[in-house]
Amino acid sequence: MSGSPISDVRRLEYRNVTMRFAPTRGRDVLTAVRGVSFSVRDGEVVSLIGPSGCGKSTLLSIGSGLTAPSEGEACVDGARLEGPNAEVALMLQKDLLLPWRTVAENVMLGVEIQGMPLPERKQRAQELLSNFNLAEFSNHYPHQLSGGMRQRVALARTLAVDPHVLLLDEPFSAVDAQTRIVLQRELAQTLQRAGKTALLITHDLAEAVTLSDRVLVMSRRPGTIIDEITIDMPQRDNPIARRHDPKVNDYVARLMDRLDIAHASLDQVPAGDAA
Amino acid sequence: MNGRSVVMRRGLAASVALLLIFLAAWQWGPGLLGVPSFIVPSLSMVAVEFVHAWQVNHLLFHTSVTIAEVMAGFALGSLLGAVVGYLLGMSPTAEFALSPYILALQIAPKVAFAPLFILWMGFTVYPKILVAILIVFFPVMVNVLTAVRNVDPDLINLARSFKATRAQIFWKIEFPTSMPPMFAGLRIGSTLAVIGVVVGELVGGNMGLGYLLTFGEGQANTPMVFVSIVMLTAVGGLAYLAVIIVERHILHYLPARGVRGDF
Repeated sequence: MSGSPISDVRRLEYRNVTMRFAPTRGRDVLTAVRGVSFSVRDGEVVSLIGPSGCGKSTLLSIGSGLTAPSEGEACVDGARLEGPNAEVALMLQKDLLLPWRTVAENVMLGVEIQGMPLPERKQRAQELLSNFNLAEFSNHYPHQLSGGMRQRVALARTLAVDPHVLLLDEPFSAVDAQTRIVLQRELAQTLQRAGKTALLITHDLAEAVTLSDRVLVMSRRPGTIIDEITIDMPQRDNPIARRHDPKVNDYVARLMDRLDIAHASLDQVPAGDAA
Repeated sequence: MNGRSVVMRRGLAASVALLLIFLAAWQWGPGLLGVPSFIVPSLSMVAVEFVHAWQVNHLLFHTSVTIAEVMAGFALGSLLGAVVGYLLGMSPTAEFALSPYILALQIAPKVAFAPLFILWMGFTVYPKILVAILIVFFPVMVNVLTAVRNVDPDLINLARSFKATRAQIFWKIEFPTSMPPMFAGLRIGSTLAVIGVVVGELVGGNMGLGYLLTFGEGQANTPMVFVSIVMLTAVGGLAYLAVIIVERHILHYLPARGVRGDF
């Protein structure tokens, strides 16, 4: 395996999940995902890839407890999700920083909502900001930061609630390529150090391979899981080193093959994700 | 920064020059064009009348009454507008049910209610305040309603994923998000409040700048009418300025806006 200790405890599990959306003007019932079952073990990082609109974001929304599936169930630590769960934290492509809060106050949002006392949450925010080399910006406002820094603050906010499971929906797709590589390394190190479990959605095949223990490939809508690839490479906490490994190209080639990218045409790709 | 300050300096100089030209035209224009002073009194005549009104006609008292009415009407009207805006924003059903009536009330010219309110409440300050409340209510309510409706659903979901209660979502997300549009509504409301109060005072009563204005009109005292108009403009300007100062304080986190600023 990757060298990281991954136990057999199932942190996050999808059991036969199907999601249908009510018909809207001129459209039939939309089945976003159908019969999806998989689990993410404690400390494992799993990537979910698939064409646009295949229901990846829907799955993440179900895993966060914000959306209830039409059929099946999502479980965290063996318990069926009935709503948002304190052990699961979500991070999206948009940083969703609140412009009226300073960087430190943004990091504290989750723990503040959960009722942590002020001195404690201040301390936690300072620790996290130091880890991400943002300590000197803790009293800045989001608009004063670059896109990469804002995304780091969003990651710090996600980690502040100390969740077991991180759900990451294309967290780095809005930043430039060089910043993305730096952020990927920071994420990988953080996940490894804290032993967090993560489910990552990405369009970037190399990102999926370099950051994960396992990659799940989804089909076009209605999304089902059509392949599961275990990434048999060392150094999951160092995606930059992994990038130099020629194995990455083999994995990416296999993923491209499974996604049928060579034969896909643009009209098969809907403009936006369903969820 | 340097380019900006140059623009500001030039703009300020042009503004002052325009003011001087305007005042000079007011002073000497009517005489040069042969306009009689009971139609357009010169600047100096208005200034003399200002001193006279201050000493004899209790100008300060009437101005204070108008300011108090504007403040009361503006405060109550914007509070009411904000509360209704938040409630309707959070309840699409209520908005759907009430929107035709709100629209009807919005279309009705609010100042036309002034005589009615005076019939109801007599020659007191209350009908004036009521007209101001009614007229301030709409811009504030519409802006708050739109702002609450347009909060990014992902922000709400973020708060929900932290297990936020409905009240927490409101106070931590929706309420602060609605601040900038609400202040846009308050700015409009601050100037409208003066209009509401003046119309009320014009229609009936024996206090306030609107009363002084009709009093001057009855005596064919054109300079007094001008004095009243100038004072009303000053009251409106003060109200607007007060909103801007509070807004700058509360919305301090917004990136600095361009040279044109807030005006």
